[in-house]
Amino acid sequence: MSSVQIRDVRKSFGNFEVLHGVSIPIEDGQFVVLVGPSGCGKSTLLRMLAGLENITSGTISIGDRVVNNVQPKERDIAMVFQNYALYPHMTVADNMGFSLKLRNAGSDEINKRVKRAAEILALSPLLDRYPRQLSGGQRQRVAMGRAIVRDPQVFLFDEPLSNLDAKLRVAMRTEIKELHQRLKTTTVYVTHDQIEAMTMADKIVVMHDGIVEQMGTPLELYDKPDNQFVAGFIGSPAMNFLKGHVRVNGVATFEGPNGVKLPLKSAPAGSDGRPAVYGVRPEHFTIADDGAEAEIIVVEPTGSETQVFAKVGGEQVVAVFRERHQFNPGDKVRLKPDPSLVHLFDDATGKRMNA
Amino acid sequence: MADVAIPRAKPQMSEDSAWTQLKHNRNWLGFWFMVPAMAFLIFFLAYPLGLGIWLSFTDTRIGRVGHFIATENYEWLWDDSIFWLSVFNTLLYTFVASALKFAIGLYLALLLNENMPFKAMLRAMVLIPFIVPTVLSALAFWWIFDSQFSIISWSLKHLGLISQNINFLGDTTWARICVIFANIWRGVPFVAITLLAGLQTVSPSLYEAATLDGATRWQNFRYITYPLLTPIIAVVMTFSVLFTFTDFQLIWAMTRGGPVNATHLMATLSYQRAIIAGQLGEGAAISSAMIPFLLAAIMVSWFGLQRRKWQQGESND
Repeated sequence: MSSVQIRDVRKSFGNFEVLHGVSIPIEDGQFVVLVGPSGCGKSTLLRMLAGLENITSGTISIGDRVVNNVQPKERDIAMVFQNYALYPHMTVADNMGFSLKLRNAGSDEINKRVKRAAEILALSPLLDRYPRQLSGGQRQRVAMGRAIVRDPQVFLFDEPLSNLDAKLRVAMRTEIKELHQRLKTTTVYVTHDQIEAMTMADKIVVMHDGIVEQMGTPLELYDKPDNQFVAGFIGSPAMNFLKGHVRVNGVATFEGPNGVKLPLKSAPAGSDGRPAVYGVRPEHFTIADDGAEAEIIVVEPTGSETQVFAKVGGEQVVAVFRERHQFNPGDKVRLKPDPSLVHLFDDATGKRMNA
Repeated sequence: MADVAIPRAKPQMSEDSAWTQLKHNRNWLGFWFMVPAMAFLIFFLAYPLGLGIWLSFTDTRIGRVGHFIATENYEWLWDDSIFWLSVFNTLLYTFVASALKFAIGLYLALLLNENMPFKAMLRAMVLIPFIVPTVLSALAFWWIFDSQFSIISWSLKHLGLISQNINFLGDTTWARICVIFANIWRGVPFVAITLLAGLQTVSPSLYEAATLDGATRWQNFRYITYPLLTPIIAVVMTFSVLFTFTDFQLIWAMTRGGPVNATHLMATLSYQRAIIAGQLGEGAAISSAMIPFLLAAIMVSWFGLQRRKWQQGESND
């Protein structure tokens, strides 16, 4: 186990720069999730960490050692690939023991470590099977087993759950998190799924177009997104954004589309009349007499909660209620955002305005 | 009315259903779909093969109907040292040429699988020997190995390495080397391109995983590439061995089996005895003698292909 430092790392393919100076400190034993839309550079960064891609500039260190020019096999890392990359011609046991075999470990040692990893992952009855004979979830576990056997400094996961069906994905999510709690190995996990990021991470790094938009604990990112991109990316259903202007006329309010008035707890100094984006999460709406008028379009009950799509000032918003309101399409209701949980972003830069 | 209609309808219905049943019988229908292919195989493969084997048990000559003479042809061949020489030549030719074709083909395939400039052009160039008609390339080799005008002898003489022309096709050892070389030149593209196709089915992430597991380039080849390539190697080498074993064109155009039968293969000897000398029965016996060897080659690759359990899906044993 050891810490990982990524300092001002850049990556270019020819003249095309895909990573524009990324710095991420990762503490010993931390579970860090790199999340972002496809093409944001998260997988490239992971592959650079593994040594599968060259580093154009900047440094990556594992422990105290700068690994820019260290061969992948000497970095003491293990990686789980999106397609698992299991060796199809080897049994589960051989797949897991391959790295030890290459290091000329004795067969007793290999057996012992493979057996232990198989016990951790409940793979013991499958050790003699070939990858073809396994289900998706079992293959996924073999891929993790191959990483565990190595007992590496750092685990790298490259979208490991994206080939699994929805139900299995949720189960494996828990399994990976449990595994990390047990082994406490520093882990870097890449995904495009913000729910995976929220549920598993000690620290989330949100990446977008080759830069880090924000990093922090899941709830920090959820409660206080630095900018409109992070606000829209984290949380499901996504945050509602309404364009308009800040008005400070004794009491701070937000004038939304078509003059609709929305409450603000306070306005940042000197923001009167500034164009801004008003952000409110779906679960932060309540039904109140002093709310903004809204017309209901679609109601989607999921059992535990109800998602309501409605028009506010001509713009579509989504609200989530845990209470069971009786709504019908076409109904007029009054939706009130909780002013203390409202986010305000600069219209031009997308940066957060309120504290 | 209804009472009358029922007994009358009954026999008609059962008659109807027999025909309808047959019409809807998938096996019956399937049989008719298979007939054209079966007829094709029987007339153009099974019948000539059977006829060839039958001929080998007769004393047929060109222009004369033969009589059944049982195994007399084979008994003759058993005592014929030229026949045994041709068997030896064929085995030597097949073994050396196939082994070298495999080694060079695999090497080329691995090279062409790397990222390099002009990759597409190089791949196309490798195919050139394959697209030149065999007889034309054999004629070219004939000139290259000519005793007087050989470019190799000419070059070596000008380099001062030899003082006399090498008698490539006149010396028994040289002649064997030359025909084997020509066969390799012609056969390598098939092996190389097929193995290249096999290499491209290996997922690059396997190499990445192996690299992270600590494999060197050699270990990548030994533990990943080679085992994953074995099924296609079995197929391509079976074909390569069969084609080489039955080779005729190249030898006939270059040496006609000479000098002193040193390059006579079973196929060329069979042609010489059957068509040139007119002994159809004896020629057929030589051809039929190739069958056990070819079957053995097919069996080897058949069992080679069967063994790989990891390719099969379900079974758990």
